[in-house]
Amino acid sequence: MSALDVTSLSVGFGDRQVLRGVSFDVGAGETVVLFGPSGVGKTVMLRAIAGLEPRARGRIVLNGRDVSAAPPEARRIGMAFQNFALYPHMTAFENVASPLNAQGIAAPAMGERVRALARLLKIDHVLEHLPRQLSNGQKQRTALARALVGEPDLVLFDDPLRNVDAKLRYEMRIELPRLLARRATPSLYVTQDFREAMAIGERVAVLVEGGIAQLASGAEVYERPATLAVARLFGDPPMNLVPAQAEARGGGVLVRAAGLGFGFATEMPDDPIFGIRPEGLVLHRDSGPGRTAAKILAVTPASEQYVVLARTEGGIELLLSRETPPPSEGTEVWIGAARGSGALFDRTSGLCMSNAPVMEEAVA
Amino acid sequence: MAGKAARSLAKVLVVLFFMFPIFWILVMSFQTNGEILSLPPKLVFTPTLLNYASLLVGHLKTSVGMLTITFMRNVMNSFILSAGSVALALVLGVPAAYAFARFKFRFSEDIAFTLLSLKFAPALLVVLPVALEFQQIGLDNTYVGLIWIYQLITLPLILWIVRSYFEDVSPDIEYAYRVDGHSWLGGFVKIAIPLAGPGIAAAGLLAFIFAWNDFIFALVLASGPKQPVTVGALAFVTASGIQYGQIAAAVVLSIIPTFAIALYAQRWLVEGLSLGAVKG
Repeated sequence: MSALDVTSLSVGFGDRQVLRGVSFDVGAGETVVLFGPSGVGKTVMLRAIAGLEPRARGRIVLNGRDVSAAPPEARRIGMAFQNFALYPHMTAFENVASPLNAQGIAAPAMGERVRALARLLKIDHVLEHLPRQLSNGQKQRTALARALVGEPDLVLFDDPLRNVDAKLRYEMRIELPRLLARRATPSLYVTQDFREAMAIGERVAVLVEGGIAQLASGAEVYERPATLAVARLFGDPPMNLVPAQAEARGGGVLVRAAGLGFGFATEMPDDPIFGIRPEGLVLHRDSGPGRTAAKILAVTPASEQYVVLARTEGGIELLLSRETPPPSEGTEVWIGAARGSGALFDRTSGLCMSNAPVMEEAVA
Repeated sequence: MAGKAARSLAKVLVVLFFMFPIFWILVMSFQTNGEILSLPPKLVFTPTLLNYASLLVGHLKTSVGMLTITFMRNVMNSFILSAGSVALALVLGVPAAYAFARFKFRFSEDIAFTLLSLKFAPALLVVLPVALEFQQIGLDNTYVGLIWIYQLITLPLILWIVRSYFEDVSPDIEYAYRVDGHSWLGGFVKIAIPLAGPGIAAAGLLAFIFAWNDFIFALVLASGPKQPVTVGALAFVTASGIQYGQIAAAVVLSIIPTFAIALYAQRWLVEGLSLGAVKG
């Protein structure tokens, strides 16, 4: 039995339909990440599942209990809000203890459970402080503790690492999955950061225009985005998406894009778009088959890689990433594709037609 | 430098302008009627506590005989009426303010504005028909009747101030409390009310002062034993002349409560009336 079963969830505000009949599930003990651009309805989805969205239509089943019509307090859900939503007039202890209070747990047992979790989250020394006396990181952890302490059937995280500094974000990306796994708590986690999505989610649901465009493991979404929209959103630096020409060639399609040629074993697309990840492109100092001449426009050192912007002779701008320092700006280079890199999209349907180029050839 | 000095001077002038009447009343309250009426006014005199004493004891010897003063009872009436109407307005107004802040329902803005517009009508316009109706249903000259009609003064004030405070409390904080497993009512009592506390206090104090200062409603709707101080002070206009000394002493005594409240609650009043001050 899955921990959460959502069927045909719709939410509309006036004549704007934010969610259009979304269905998905979260398995027992599983963490699913809801990924999507801001304003796409991720938070609305969480609020609907928590029972805080009166306009929600659809079926929500938690551990076999249909809670579609239940008020929030009857759903046994934990929720960590993006802005923490701590009770400003209560100490950190009282904040964390709130769900246990609601369950009517006796003071000694309650104190023990709060303190045990607080130790785990390293906030045991600030339990007597008011929220305004806590650092952002401590507020964050207090909010997480409050969401987890009642041993809810499902925990909802609404982009909880958005408002904390980078160091804490990295720490929590490692700690949080451990904590969730240890307690076997199923959870739904909202984020706009694809790295966070890949680090935390066992599966990632990409929300686009009111529906889930792809629901798969983070690696799968990254390597084989199901639609053009997913390809655009998931990844930083983003996937190169360039207009392409396609022609039928021996049962497959030969695609020319940015001066490179790729073969795909698929049908003819209506309006072909060629996509390739920045790390799927290789810089060469000399010309050769399967390479296209280009000029480096800009080099940006990112955290563990260099991101290069180059323009081909055909005027197509491409992003490349590599771990070693690239040649400086203005250098004439040749760009080729790594074996197996590249995907073919159809702009008309928005779908990915193939992400396995079967042959490479130079196109003069 | 010159600008600073000018600003200080301006401040002094403003304070003098506003505080002078209060200062003069205070001076008068320690003078006899004769000293008060002398021209030019005396700034050097032997202060007397006779005015206060007569107010507290309840009678005053005048040239034509003994004058009974019900001042202390009037003070008590003012307390009962003001506290009663603020209490009722809080009970009615705080939940209503919450509803107006949190829920967008049909005509919500119109209803809220109608309640505010009650304050636009001059009291005199309302008071005569109300007096007639109160006579018919036996509410004239009762605390209940006055407390009811004082809702015209206190309820809109509390509703609008407290509403803006509730609007300042992030709904997420209340949602979090619900998700924790608490009922809606629990969230209202344990989260919304404490967080809007300063605003509720400010609105309550302000409403108390407004109710205390009412004259018209009390003048028409209450006679002798139910009169508040504002109306009671009329008793000093007697057949043998106007008892300026007692009036001054009565004014001093009757502004002490509101003055004390205003001083004590200054911070909340300023915060409460300049919105957005409670954002956590």
